[in-house]
Amino acid sequence: MTTNSALHFEPSLANLERFAAIGSGGLLLMSGAMRRSASGWCLALLSAPFLYRGVTGQWPRRGRSNRSAHDDAREALAGDRGLHVRESIRLECPLDEVYRFWRELDNLPKFMTHLVRVTETEPGRSHWVAKGPGGVRVEWNAEIFNEVENKILAWRSLPDSDVVTVGSVNFDSVRGGRSTQISVNLQYSAPAGRAGSLVAFLFGKAPSQTIREDLRRFKQLMEAGEAPRAGLVGETGEVSR
Amino acid sequence: MKAVRYYGKEDIRVERVPDPQILNPRDAIVKITTTAICGSDLHIYGGYIPTMEKGDILGHEFMGEVVDVGRENHRLKVGDRVVVPFTIACGRCYFCKEDLWSLCDNSNPNAWMAEKLSGFSGSGLFGYSHMYGGYPGGQAEYARVPFADVGPIKVPDSLSDEQVLFLSDIFPTGYMAAENCGIRPGDTIAVWGCGPVGQFAIKSAYLLGAERVIAIDRFPERLELAASQGKAVPLNYTEVDVQAELRAMTGGQGPDACIDAVGLEAHGTTLDAWYDRAKTATYLATDRPHALRQAIAACRKGGTVSIPGVYGGWLDKFPLGPAFAKGLTLKMGQTHMHKYLPGLLARVERGEIDPSFVITHRVTLDDAPAMYQTFREKQDRCIKVVMKPGGTA
Repeated sequence: MTTNSALHFEPSLANLERFAAIGSGGLLLMSGAMRRSASGWCLALLSAPFLYRGVTGQWPRRGRSNRSAHDDAREALAGDRGLHVRESIRLECPLDEVYRFWRELDNLPKFMTHLVRVTETEPGRSHWVAKGPGGVRVEWNAEIFNEVENKILAWRSLPDSDVVTVGSVNFDSVRGGRSTQISVNLQYSAPAGRAGSLVAFLFGKAPSQTIREDLRRFKQLMEAGEAPRAGLVGETGEVSR
Repeated sequence: MKAVRYYGKEDIRVERVPDPQILNPRDAIVKITTTAICGSDLHIYGGYIPTMEKGDILGHEFMGEVVDVGRENHRLKVGDRVVVPFTIACGRCYFCKEDLWSLCDNSNPNAWMAEKLSGFSGSGLFGYSHMYGGYPGGQAEYARVPFADVGPIKVPDSLSDEQVLFLSDIFPTGYMAAENCGIRPGDTIAVWGCGPVGQFAIKSAYLLGAERVIAIDRFPERLELAASQGKAVPLNYTEVDVQAELRAMTGGQGPDACIDAVGLEAHGTTLDAWYDRAKTATYLATDRPHALRQAIAACRKGGTVSIPGVYGGWLDKFPLGPAFAKGLTLKMGQTHMHKYLPGLLARVERGEIDPSFVITHRVTLDDAPAMYQTFREKQDRCIKVVMKPGGTA
């Protein structure tokens, strides 16, 4: 985190949060100070943690707490214990169409950024390839262990894989049948005796945000037929699906 | 091509950049014939909008000729003359299907930024920061238009650019503000703010059956325009007690609906906006949320307060108690552009309104840096600036 000026900075979440913190702090400080009373000064004092957060990028800590920052309230337990993410999203596409797209496992890398390739090797069995650290590929075999058409799809890795993973997707008809909702549960952990950093690498520092963006891309492809691109000055190259 | 680019506070440059290309299947490329500076562009100019980056191309009110289309765009063809709405919408998500186009789920590539700020993301916008998608804007010779099979509206050659250009933003925005008032014949409508959106809100209120529209501002030329073109009753709030005047004009009841076309101009994420809010909370400044408070205070019991003016943060000293006690309806939001385009184009074609009446300045793209300044300082009675990328203003 650098000390960018207010007007030129990377469009990062951290910066936006710091803006908000400085803003809240400033607001408290000013409104407190303007009252020129005991209660006003108490109000002004309350601004301290906000300003601290704004300037340092971190909330003040008490004692020896060294928990790393969560990415948000959505579930994400990274680190040695592995990773569990739960996300859901709604689409205006027929339930069976959504199910069919997902059931074709080789479609998954189209929207799941950590995946390179998924191939169904035999009915119910698949080979997964993901982007590992330093360009090394992480690979595993998986089996579908629960499959109810247009309802649920669940898979898990087979023994001797680089990672231990379980995933499931529920497909629900919602809004009186007008919309479709998918709810994804993903669990990843390193096999016993191996570092959890591999799992951390796959999903980055904010795993649930990563999965959320993946699902958003899924929705964009299904609904709009394309993922939006800003087309920054000089950007070229038509995307082919 | 030439483009108007942002380089920082009050630093706008006209530069040559590569022409945009088709990137997605539903895209189109438009050769821009006329473009405009919007009041909201001034907040970028003032350096107030976060997630702007050096080199970003500005502008979200533009029209022109289609010169290229993506392979999945079956609605436009090369040579079509189109006006482009400033909000970008996919046309297929829940919100687009519900006619809530400016809340499109799929058109902001940086939706996560907006979600972190306000919990949800609306649609992408042209030339209005990376938080709204980072799309290059329309103050340029060409623009790439995403989802161009649902956004741009074809316009007939019988109408001039200046007659249809404002379908891109301010006319629909003013119209939606008036429509949100639920106007019935005989109603009196009060409009705070006589900028371009206020001017169109005034005209639209009459189109929708209002008996009388009252226009409130402090700039004489804007009040004059509201009176001469909009047939509104002008009130200069620096000269009269607006609340007393409104009561007197409505038999003590208050206007049936009030429109706040001032707003806080949103984007409450900047230091400056927070600072403004701190000032207003402590009565160091009252101007901006003042308009909304005034509208709520003035509106008759059971009336409607319509808010096309943009708000962005957590408003302090908001008179919810009076609003509750009077049983007011509050309606607001970014304009659902796509919903209004066909109907409003038809009104222009029928001659019910000629939107070009707001234009005060006609210049070329090269004049943009100077015109941003003129417009912001309201010098030279400037109300609306249009630019001709082709050269001859």
